Amino acid sequence: MRHLLSIADLNKSEAISILDTASELARVSDGAVKKLPTLRGRTIVNLFAEDSTRTRISFEAAAKRLSADVINFSAKGSSLSKGESLKDTAMTLQAMGADAVVIRHPASGAAQRLADSHWMSGSVVNAGDGTHEHPSQALLDAFTIRKHLGMGGSDLTGLSVAIVGDILHSRVARSNVLLLSMLGAKVTLVAPPTLLPVGIDSWPATVSYDFDSVIPHVDVVMMLRVQQERMSDLFFPNAREYSRYFGLNTDRMACMKKGAIVMHPGPMNRGLEISAEVADSARSVITEQVTNGVSVRMAILYVLLAGGALEVGSN
Amino acid sequence: MKPADYLIKGVSLPDGKKADIAISDGVIASLSNGFKGEANTIIDGSECVALPGLVDLHTHLREPGREDAETVLSGSRAGAKGGFTALSAMANTSPVADTAGVVEQVYRLGQEAGLLDVFPIGAVTQGLKGEALSEIGAMADSVARVRVFSDDGNCVFDPLVMRRALEYIKKFGGLIAQHAQDPRMTIGSQMNEGVVSARLGLKGWPAVAEEAIIARDVLLADHVKSRLHICHLTTAGGVEIIRWAKARGIDVTAEVTPHHLLLTDDLASSYDPVYKVNPPLRTESDVHALREALADGTIDIVATDHAPHPTEAKECEWQEAAFGMLGLETALSIVQKTMVDTGLMNWVQVAERMSITPARIGGYESHGQALVSGSIANLVVINPTQKWTVDRDLVVSNSSNTPYHGHELPGVVAHTFYKGVATLINGNLTSIGGM
Amino acid sequence: MSVALSAQDINRALTRISHEILEKNQGATNIVLLGIPTRGAHIAARISAIIGSIEGAEVPTGTLDITLFRDDLRMRPPRAIMPTKIPASGIEGKDVILIDDVLFSGRTIRAALDALGEIGRPRTVQLAALVDRGHRELPIKADFIGKNLPTAKNQSVKVLLSEIDGRDEVTIEEGAE
Repeated sequence: MRHLLSIADLNKSEAISILDTASELARVSDGAVKKLPTLRGRTIVNLFAEDSTRTRISFEAAAKRLSADVINFSAKGSSLSKGESLKDTAMTLQAMGADAVVIRHPASGAAQRLADSHWMSGSVVNAGDGTHEHPSQALLDAFTIRKHLGMGGSDLTGLSVAIVGDILHSRVARSNVLLLSMLGAKVTLVAPPTLLPVGIDSWPATVSYDFDSVIPHVDVVMMLRVQQERMSDLFFPNAREYSRYFGLNTDRMACMKKGAIVMHPGPMNRGLEISAEVADSARSVITEQVTNGVSVRMAILYVLLAGGALEVGSN
Repeated sequence: MKPADYLIKGVSLPDGKKADIAISDGVIASLSNGFKGEANTIIDGSECVALPGLVDLHTHLREPGREDAETVLSGSRAGAKGGFTALSAMANTSPVADTAGVVEQVYRLGQEAGLLDVFPIGAVTQGLKGEALSEIGAMADSVARVRVFSDDGNCVFDPLVMRRALEYIKKFGGLIAQHAQDPRMTIGSQMNEGVVSARLGLKGWPAVAEEAIIARDVLLADHVKSRLHICHLTTAGGVEIIRWAKARGIDVTAEVTPHHLLLTDDLASSYDPVYKVNPPLRTESDVHALREALADGTIDIVATDHAPHPTEAKECEWQEAAFGMLGLETALSIVQKTMVDTGLMNWVQVAERMSITPARIGGYESHGQALVSGSIANLVVINPTQKWTVDRDLVVSNSSNTPYHGHELPGVVAHTFYKGVATLINGNLTSIGGM
Repeated sequence: MSVALSAQDINRALTRISHEILEKNQGATNIVLLGIPTRGAHIAARISAIIGSIEGAEVPTGTLDITLFRDDLRMRPPRAIMPTKIPASGIEGKDVILIDDVLFSGRTIRAALDALGEIGRPRTVQLAALVDRGHRELPIKADFIGKNLPTAKNQSVKVLLSEIDGRDEVTIEEGAE
């Protein structure tokens, strides 16, 4: 494996091996070992053309625990939103000898453009591209679900997951639908019809407009951030109405199955898609998702970078 | 008797009959079996088909304004290379071709290039803004004699403006060529809305945004009894509306581009903006509907929508990239591949769809003439038995944004004659014109 | 291919190593056995069982994966990380016996020493290997050896264990790798 651009780049055994590797790395980092020499001498660039402190910090911590040298390149908005700059930036990173680029970008497909171009030769990790995918988030979500609810198996067979909210614009949803279904979970997408893409019938998931009918039957409720500006684009009438039908509050949480968990990729809009009580409840594994994010991203960097160049692409 | 300028021996005519075509003094001097006279240049046409010179009703030549992407001269050369003897220069230049001055400039540049006729298309509205009518009458009366008006790139969205434009051009028998795209439904749109856009997270461009405008405009054209032309039809639904309108006797014509006859939206999976085009690539079933409609005449013509862009406009993220792809040099090959080699059309129909009918729609009287003795010698000789491989580094256009790089295509344009002078011989541009 | 150690040979060697460990450390009270996965971990478990039966007490036994500490990661495809399990008693102040199947270049042991250093500070670190085939690239030597097997560099030594391979055997193959 050379790049991680989309969950579609992984087959089931590769996905499971990343999760297993993350488990071992979590165990190592839980103990006395805070720093591993594994990627000593490797340079990893965090290229963030869009604000995302949490994802950047998570990748930075992961890289540093593996002893890689980390360069943060944050170029929000204008300078990197023009294509020639992406090319020029990539060529600069190549000249600096970057072994991997972790890229967050507002344009769907930006990570793939970087990987497919001949502008640079390092590995590319997609840390969120536009409304396309966010594979490391899906892997950490799957890792968290498996840790809490996995019935001893390596995959998620037998589990039901509801993903609730702005599916249309969500890269987290796209990656999770692919990954969770590949790992054997049954995925239900819950949203107003305006926030579901045309063509969703081809996705490996079922669709519901009725959150209340879905809640009692799922093991995981994954809430997605709803951006306020969607209202001006007529996706829903106002925040109050959205919250009434698609928000997760204590009443709805009370209908959840015993042992079912609440997830959110963050950052949360407390009071809009999720109430403060739910976010802070015992069912919520939201802060644990953040913790697991570091182990999963260590595993991703390990898989992409620890091996030798000669053998890349084998298997 | 003085020798003919050119003699094309044993070439097939569109209907399959063999003939020797002698060209002298700008006209087809004779068309016979067994030409007996002398000729200065003799061309073996035995594997070839002769067609009237191709006529493109939809070309972006970029001059004035973006000469880095294309000029009238470089676009004329690309046209000659592709077998064209007439191009229609779209109005979205900078400045916009919304005055007599700009269309006369473009027309004059075409004459100076001298490789084919460049017929400017005038803007419907000032600055393509869709608000106030441009000086349509002045452009029609100018040296360029503009008959086709279009805001292409933009849709004439306001129904009242569209109605007035359709009415106004009746004065001189003009034509409005509509770029059918509801702008509200396509804000920020990147590609066809469907299964692929849902997966790629690229903002969708629904078929209905095109079809709703076509439906409205055929009704408007019917109401004011004027002539409407629909640019680059891409959807099966649009085909149905045109079919319905023609059955009702509405004076509407429609075009399809070569790329919409071949390419589909799944190509966007690479996020390579070379496949980003307006209107977007659609689905396999749309492609089949378009091919059938072109074959049965519901769609009247093929037009290239040749849209050159400089390298940096495509060497970037998809959503930052410009819309459009090159078309002139590959049009005939794509039509052969999609329509002739599939048995949907014969060469007579290709001549109609790519020369005779576009010339008639545009009012280009010296083009689209039958290959008979005495006709103006605008013609193209192609070898349909040969194949060639597209190389973006070898295109004649100033730009290289062809979606067919590396594709092996059937049909080689061997010779092009413009007013009796060869602009292309054996696939090589000749040194006439402004070179 | 030739058989260098039979099942019986292996059994005898491990029994001898167990006694030597006890002898050198004057009993089992302060020792921790750490096997290097995959086969070293199984050998450690066997030695642990033998010592347990001799001493009548359970010996703290764990595994130490050294993959993340290797210095040759870039020369091979990425490998799966195996479990590291340190016994609850820890390694601080203990006599740690590292156990591997084959001692060759010494690089694995160097990595294991690095890994140990991250976990704690044992009183001593000792090394047991079922087979020492020579060709050391680092100044490392074993304290307990089942069998010295002089080999050519292009030969390969294969250790088969019943836990994984269905039988116990050590073989030497020609010209492999």
